[in-house]
Amino acid sequence: MRNCFYSSSAKCFAGVLQTCVMAVNRTGPVTLDFDLEDFLVKQENAIELKNVTKRFGDVIANDDVSLSVRKGEILSILGENGSGKTTLMNMLSGIYFPDEGQIFVDGREVTIRSPKDSFALGIGMIHQHFKLISVLSAAENIILGLPGKELLKMNQIMAEIGELTKKYGFDLNPSQKIYGMSVSQKQTVEIVKVLYRGADILILDEPTAVLTPQETKKLFDVLRNMRKAGKSIIIITHKLNEVLELSDRVAVLRKGKYAGTIDTADATVNSLAEMMVGAKVSLDIDRTDPVKPQKRIEVRGITSKNKEGLTVLKEVSFHASGGEILGIAGIAGSGQKELLESIAGLQPIESGEILYYSPEGTTEKISDMKAADIRDLHISLAFVPEDRLGMGLVGSMDLTDNMMLRSYKNGKYFYTDRKKPRDLALAVVDKLDVVTPGVDTPVRKLSGGNVQKILLGREIASSPTVLMVAYPVRGLDINSSYTIYNLLNEQKNKGVAVICVGEDLDVLLELCDRILVLAGGKVAGIVDARKSAKEELGLMMTGSGKGGHTK
Amino acid sequence: MSAENNAIANREPLFRITKRAGISAYKAWAIRLTAVVFALVACGLVIVAITGQNPIKVYLSIIDGAVGRSRRFWVTVREMMTLLIIAIGLTPAFRMKFWNIGAEGQLLMGGAATAAMMIYFGDTMPNWLLLVLIFAASSLAGMIWGVIPAVFKAYFNTNETLFTLMLNYVAIQIINFCIVYWENPVGSNTVGIINSATQKGWFPKLFGLTYGWNVVIVLAITFGIYIYMKYGKHGYEIAVVGESHNTARYAGIDVKKVIIRTMILSGAICGLAGAIIVSGGSHTISVSTGGGRGFTAIIVAWMSKFNPWAMILVTAFLVFMQQGSIQIATKYGLNENASDIITGILLFFLIGCEFFINYKVELHRKKKEVQ
Repeated sequence: MRNCFYSSSAKCFAGVLQTCVMAVNRTGPVTLDFDLEDFLVKQENAIELKNVTKRFGDVIANDDVSLSVRKGEILSILGENGSGKTTLMNMLSGIYFPDEGQIFVDGREVTIRSPKDSFALGIGMIHQHFKLISVLSAAENIILGLPGKELLKMNQIMAEIGELTKKYGFDLNPSQKIYGMSVSQKQTVEIVKVLYRGADILILDEPTAVLTPQETKKLFDVLRNMRKAGKSIIIITHKLNEVLELSDRVAVLRKGKYAGTIDTADATVNSLAEMMVGAKVSLDIDRTDPVKPQKRIEVRGITSKNKEGLTVLKEVSFHASGGEILGIAGIAGSGQKELLESIAGLQPIESGEILYYSPEGTTEKISDMKAADIRDLHISLAFVPEDRLGMGLVGSMDLTDNMMLRSYKNGKYFYTDRKKPRDLALAVVDKLDVVTPGVDTPVRKLSGGNVQKILLGREIASSPTVLMVAYPVRGLDINSSYTIYNLLNEQKNKGVAVICVGEDLDVLLELCDRILVLAGGKVAGIVDARKSAKEELGLMMTGSGKGGHTK
Repeated sequence: MSAENNAIANREPLFRITKRAGISAYKAWAIRLTAVVFALVACGLVIVAITGQNPIKVYLSIIDGAVGRSRRFWVTVREMMTLLIIAIGLTPAFRMKFWNIGAEGQLLMGGAATAAMMIYFGDTMPNWLLLVLIFAASSLAGMIWGVIPAVFKAYFNTNETLFTLMLNYVAIQIINFCIVYWENPVGSNTVGIINSATQKGWFPKLFGLTYGWNVVIVLAITFGIYIYMKYGKHGYEIAVVGESHNTARYAGIDVKKVIIRTMILSGAICGLAGAIIVSGGSHTISVSTGGGRGFTAIIVAWMSKFNPWAMILVTAFLVFMQQGSIQIATKYGLNENASDIITGILLFFLIGCEFFINYKVELHRKKKEVQ
């Protein structure tokens, strides 16, 4: 960072000058003044947004937002779902065009009307959903769309990419094909792509949402190296801990409005949450002791293969009881999804059995049943899958129609009954504070947190005896997350057996009663959440998980 | 870099295209109506360019050609009903995102079955029984043509678009074979009007109207499909399967069963359309019995957003212009392609206007003065 006193006074001076320039601008030629102002602001801000407003129809996504990014700093942009973070950044990357306001890059006012303009200004955005071509190699993706001669000098390009990766400490093999890459490797390709194109300002949209703790650490190291090299970095995120760990300053958006920028040094998790929400937020999970836990689900040595014939679950045994929350931890892809789906009757199992003990005392073997059979037996097994819009809900249907997804057969004869689902939709919207124009809105148009509330609301409304949730707070902001934790606890206290697959170990340790750790499709251990430490779980997740998928 | 920056700075976009968050039904229809007006103007210009006649006179002859006389009016109605029932038949499949572009083949098979019933059973049973038999046979034939790709899709995940398209050509070859087989009179290379003396297997008059049954049957099926899709459990299942197979499995829906069942329905209705063309109109069979309606109906279904009531409007408009342009073709000595040109222009405007319904184009940027 530069001399603070100098830069802040320069900013002041520039501000005054700018006003003069504006005044002159309207009356006469301004060549000289413009250069001076340009020079002074250049010292300070890589990007400056002034009074930027963006509307979509009647919705104001960004309302009069002004913020700046200094050169060589990491700025976090923090805000709840739908607070306009991504919209704001999309205006910098040329995807949207602001309705009002000005954008300055290196002190010059610019008009960014396409991603090409944005590139030319040295702005590179790494989107949440990668835009790569999977049959091409990393290097080919990196140069894709760049002007050049007819003949590609692949060796030279490789060398240039190699230099870049060495400079910033990336772990990347440029000749590897995208389809063989993990999520974190693909992200690396995206970052190298924008650097190769000469970006000085990088915008990352929720880069850590898809990464493991280890990968996150690696990414942060790379970002710090880039900062050292004078690049400006904007990162959009929900995760307060990461904000504190990585960034120099934090800009907070609240409901499309700019709530202020603070130095990270002055911030705490609680103060940030408060700024973001606009009111005090309680970040405690109220965990009660299980009352007379009764076995509900027993899994006995199940083994399962996926469509490609790889073993995804191996001799998994455990039980889940009413009145407790069983957490399931593990590195992404260790068999969590398949485990829940095999209990729900969606994933065929090779061997082993799954038993359901009803509160009335009967025992059903549900491992041979399909999802429809389980439903027809009136076993109230609620399931909130990981892929909310691709499995749990129908994106193009409205709230009412989604409410009847699992109960549409209850209608008389040939017809569906929409009266009860409609009432249920209204009740869920009311009880869980779902933000929606109405129950006739397609679910796809709601934000992530509201989609999850609809899904969880529907599943809970079936008054289940077993509730399975996969990554229930993924992509949700802090307020919604705690609403979801409270809902899970509420179900637990009602005597429901809750099984919760999670990725945030801190939360699992706070929320659950017992935690089952999966590693490579096997049970690495089941621990008491009250007496275990994060490190212990971390070791179990990786320790015996070396084997991974086996044929 | 900085030269480029200067170039970029202060460049104002000429116009901006933004996606609409939503549009009122009123506005959307206003845009469509504007498109129709533009389409009519464009058609008028083309017609004037070709014929050199006063466009208003030409439009009057279009109206005259479509509904000018009782017979022309009923031919227009008949053509409209035919196109409508095919579009209705495609609706369940399309809602399931099963791209059935084999309606042409399905209706040809239905038509062949109809012709066979008329030829072989024309003299053996009362007309009402023969018609019942015709309906059953044509639906069955269309159904078979529809269910083959569905089974392959359900069990082997084959591409239904290619499969249904290819089956059209198989159907055409079968018709060619039938024509040779049923040739009448020998050497004419056509089947001729079947049962022209006895009128067996022809739709009888209803309330004194030649095409009364066509209207009744098609509207009844339209209404039925509307109820089926909107209020039926099957319709709900189709919508879920169309959105995501995973969601369907999660909801306990048997995806294979729904795919096959829906294509049975879709194929059967398209097959029945064949019976309506042969028994209720042409009374003969040839490779042009379909006349491309199986493909035009795809456009009708899409333009109507799979809404049966909108389909009635769209088919009415399209058929009106088609029939009308046949009239001007004969009157001003143009060939039958004139009608295709008119249809093409209409579709261009009608499909193109959807862009303006989904997107907003703004010419000027409001600039706010900043201190």
